Amino acid sequence: MPRIGIFVCQCGNNIAATVDTKKVAEEMARLPGVVFACDYKFMCSSPGQDMLKQAIKDNRLDKVIVSACSPHMHEKTFRKASEAAGLNPYQCEITNIREQCSWVHHDKTKAAGTAKSIDLTRMTIERLKKNKPLKKINIPIKKKALVIGGGIAGIQAALDIAEGGREVILVEREPSIGGNMARLSETFPTMDCSQCILTPKMVEVELNEKITLYTYSEIEKVDGYIGNFIVQIRRKAKYVDEERCTGCGECIEKCPFKVESQFEMKLAKRKVIYTPFPQSVPNVPVIDAPNCPKIQKDKCGACAVVCGPKCIDFKMEDRIITEDVGAIIVATGYELMPNERFGEYGYGRIKDVISGMQFERLASSSGPTGGEIRRPSDGKTPASVVFIQCAGSRDEKKGVSYCSKVCCMYTAKHTMLYHHKVHEGQSYVFYMDIRAGGKRYEEFVRRAIEHDNAMYLRGRVSRVYEKDGKVIVQGADTLSGNQVEIEADMVVLATAIVSRTGADTVAQKLGIGYDKYKFYNEYHPKLKPVETVTAGIFLSGACMGPMDIPDSVAQGSAAAAKALSLFSSDEMMREPITAVVNKPTCNACWDCVTACPYSAIERDTVKNRDGVVVRWLAKVNDGVCQGCGVCVAACRSKAIDLKGYTDEQVYAAINAF
Amino acid sequence: MKIPYYPGCTLNTVAKGFETSAKEAALSIGFELAEMPAWNCCGATFPLTPDNLIALSAPAKVLSSARKTGESLTTLCSVCYNVLKRTNSVMKNDREKRAVINGFIETDYDGSLNVTHFLEILRDNIGFDKVKAAVKQPLTGLKAAAYYGCMLLRPFEDMGIDDAEDPVVMENLLAALGAEAIKSPNRIECCGAHLAMTNEDIVVKLSGTIMTSAVRNGAELIVTTCPLCQYNLEKSQSRVASDTPGYAGIPIVYFTQMLGLALGQDVDTLGFDKNIWDARPLLRKKGIIK
Ligand SMILES: Cc1cc2nc3c(=O)[nH]c(=O)nc-3n(C[C@H](O)[C@H](O)[C@H](O)COP(=O)(O)OP(=O)(O)OC[C@H]3O[C@@H](n4cnc5c(N)ncnc54)[C@H](O)[C@@H]3O)c2cc1C
Ligand code: SF4
Ligand code: SF4
Repeated sequence: MPRIGIFVCQCGNNIAATVDTKKVAEEMARLPGVVFACDYKFMCSSPGQDMLKQAIKDNRLDKVIVSACSPHMHEKTFRKASEAAGLNPYQCEITNIREQCSWVHHDKTKAAGTAKSIDLTRMTIERLKKNKPLKKINIPIKKKALVIGGGIAGIQAALDIAEGGREVILVEREPSIGGNMARLSETFPTMDCSQCILTPKMVEVELNEKITLYTYSEIEKVDGYIGNFIVQIRRKAKYVDEERCTGCGECIEKCPFKVESQFEMKLAKRKVIYTPFPQSVPNVPVIDAPNCPKIQKDKCGACAVVCGPKCIDFKMEDRIITEDVGAIIVATGYELMPNERFGEYGYGRIKDVISGMQFERLASSSGPTGGEIRRPSDGKTPASVVFIQCAGSRDEKKGVSYCSKVCCMYTAKHTMLYHHKVHEGQSYVFYMDIRAGGKRYEEFVRRAIEHDNAMYLRGRVSRVYEKDGKVIVQGADTLSGNQVEIEADMVVLATAIVSRTGADTVAQKLGIGYDKYKFYNEYHPKLKPVETVTAGIFLSGACMGPMDIPDSVAQGSAAAAKALSLFSSDEMMREPITAVVNKPTCNACWDCVTACPYSAIERDTVKNRDGVVVRWLAKVNDGVCQGCGVCVAACRSKAIDLKGYTDEQVYAAINAF
Repeated sequence: MKIPYYPGCTLNTVAKGFETSAKEAALSIGFELAEMPAWNCCGATFPLTPDNLIALSAPAKVLSSARKTGESLTTLCSVCYNVLKRTNSVMKNDREKRAVINGFIETDYDGSLNVTHFLEILRDNIGFDKVKAAVKQPLTGLKAAAYYGCMLLRPFEDMGIDDAEDPVVMENLLAALGAEAIKSPNRIECCGAHLAMTNEDIVVKLSGTIMTSAVRNGAELIVTTCPLCQYNLEKSQSRVASDTPGYAGIPIVYFTQMLGLALGQDVDTLGFDKNIWDARPLLRKKGIIK
């Protein structure tokens, strides 16, 4: 006969208001196997836990039930307390009589709540009688991290992990790391030059011995689980041998073909063999194969002729490499909603209507105009510029419902840059309201208005069209109540920050969640801001939503700290609630293999003494299994059970009802 | 082919030319606009307060009675089109409102009618190429600016006839008729609509911008789909002319009048005489009519 102890919690008045906890305890005490039962005001408090431990010792209890709040709240607490008193922690079970009972009953006579609590606890008793002691699972940890995305967030994460003495693999899709920050001219709120603060970090990545950098590469496949991920990386053909290339740039010089530069946001052209920008890391060009006539139809080949170290190889092919890592940090960043989306602003057809990122390139000293503000249509210096905020943001109908968070700030920055470069110029800003929540941010916007002569108009723009070389902006100034029409030379749209194209595919490969805008979901928005639901995979930067540089860097460091703390021990402990296959009844139909959402079930073989396969069997990988139980339901021959939730336990509970 | 048709009050009174020209034009392309048997006013405004269901009862009644005899209903007037189509989407998609309205007007209409505009019939059912083939008197040399206003296009989710920011349906029709379609930047702006009754100054200002901008962009004539726009623009002509140096006025006609003309109808049946600003001298000058 087991020796069960029952502890009924009042949870202050949360439970006691509609449940007679004392009565529940008394009723339970009468049941066979129960040797101790009591109620208490707050079981989770220190005295409550002490009482539990004392009762276990005094009454030689071998199983305990705490009838209290949801197991999500305190199952861990009470299992730990039971363990401290010498029990196997899995001999402690929780009955939820708060969320699933007292909170949903309003009967002040307590009749209904009490009766239900008694039933629920009785069911737990029968279930608990069948509980077997379980042992936590130990998982070895590979102390190496993978960072996906080499923007500022990913760079920061990689550097921090390397600083912590661990190896890092940094995978970047483009030919260079740097991300969007490499495009920026100067940065709010301090106005330091973006390249000047970013380039040193990029170089550090290149020089750091702990960091392996794979540019022009993408994640192909991710297997495994926390501590033991197996990642396949596609290294796209660069057609240039990275080892031998000296970065002299002769090939770029000689390449006769030009195409639009994505890095310059279509404001300039680049060669077919190119580095995205002069400070690229690594400083190794790649050939844009679809546009190269040599690769497409064997015409040209000029670059190979001039290349001194002879490192150009038109026959190069993509390679897939495999890496084992213990943790993954996703830092794939953001894109901008294309100008072509905005009908009222001319569908991207008006040349002098540009995006904020294009303005960054115009203002950047390394940009296509050398930092002079000149408009795209005819290269004239604009005498007036209209900035339109919230283009596509905060617009559930036509764009996205969220606020893009950085554009109020960068628009203020743009008006300053414009005023510093074109002293006589007049800037106008159409805004909905100004969101400058951040250290010294509000002051920054005031400076734009008070010192840099920006004219802020509160209202939306209804239409933008061209007339006689001007861009006419029609809008409302809701503070004066007037319709306004401005004849501008150039218009800058603060276009919404959106997730990367294909962000969902990346998430599916990794098994992490995303929201309806395909921004990645953190485990908990407040308490687990860089974790994902998949253990061992962390997030940082604008792949989770609009974010400025300070926040992206902070998150990069936070994710790195998480990875480092994971790497601080050789093994980690996991809850043992996993599926087990009953070998004699498994008939290898593989239904469970298809059903498992975590790919935790493998096809195993049984061999005879001579090494000949005699049987196939499903085998659960404890490290990957999340204990969801889908396979249990799928198995036709009932050969799979979930530890801690066996069929036997569940039937016992149901029968007790 | 008979196409069930809802005229609305204006087309039976002040905008008679709109209706007659459309009916005749339809016949010459080979279909008939068949007026639905019993109809009432659509209410002329779609209520902006979401709980003003009483205002939806009149259009719902029209829709429900049209559904009893057919599957679709076509209109000419932009305002009727707007009110009927939006009411229809309420009846189709909002279960609660549908129940209340049906209870009130004692029907069981479910929003299954297909509400279309005459332009859609021309574009989607007939095809502009067929229209073009039927042209007898091309409008060659005529610079015509299409003016859409708001009701035909917005809100986009409900109306969906064309891109709300950059529509092309009328320009394409004008081109099919042989005219040179002028795109003025103000072609989808509001004319002031019902403010004609309470604040004429605003109407004159808005209509003025629309007309002067069309003229500035080279238009000789403005083509519309809406009796209210037509009225507001025409009514503002003289005041705009006196406020704007160099502006001498511009004829405002219905697209069906131009359609009728191009399809070879007798100019006297097209209601040009009912317009305040007579388009005929211009058309004569262009050699389109005698
Ligand atoms: C116009 C404009 C001006 C701005 N100005 C400022 C400013 O002044 N101050 C400020 O604090 N912030 C500013 N910001 C915000 C700033 O750009 C972001 O905070 C920052 O770039 C976010 O960095 P990130 O690393 O998260 O993302 P990103 O910079 O987008 O980097 C992501 C990286 O991941 C790579 N990548 C993407 N997908 C994959 C994949 N599947 N596999 C491998 N690699 C991948 C990308 O190529 C890229 O290199 C501005 C933003 C805009 C739009
Ligand atoms: S072979 Fe291709 S990359 Fe090389 S120079 Fe010619 S076009 Fe440029
Ligand atoms: S940050 Fe400012 S401009 Fe950008 S979406 Fe939010 S409110 Fe609009």
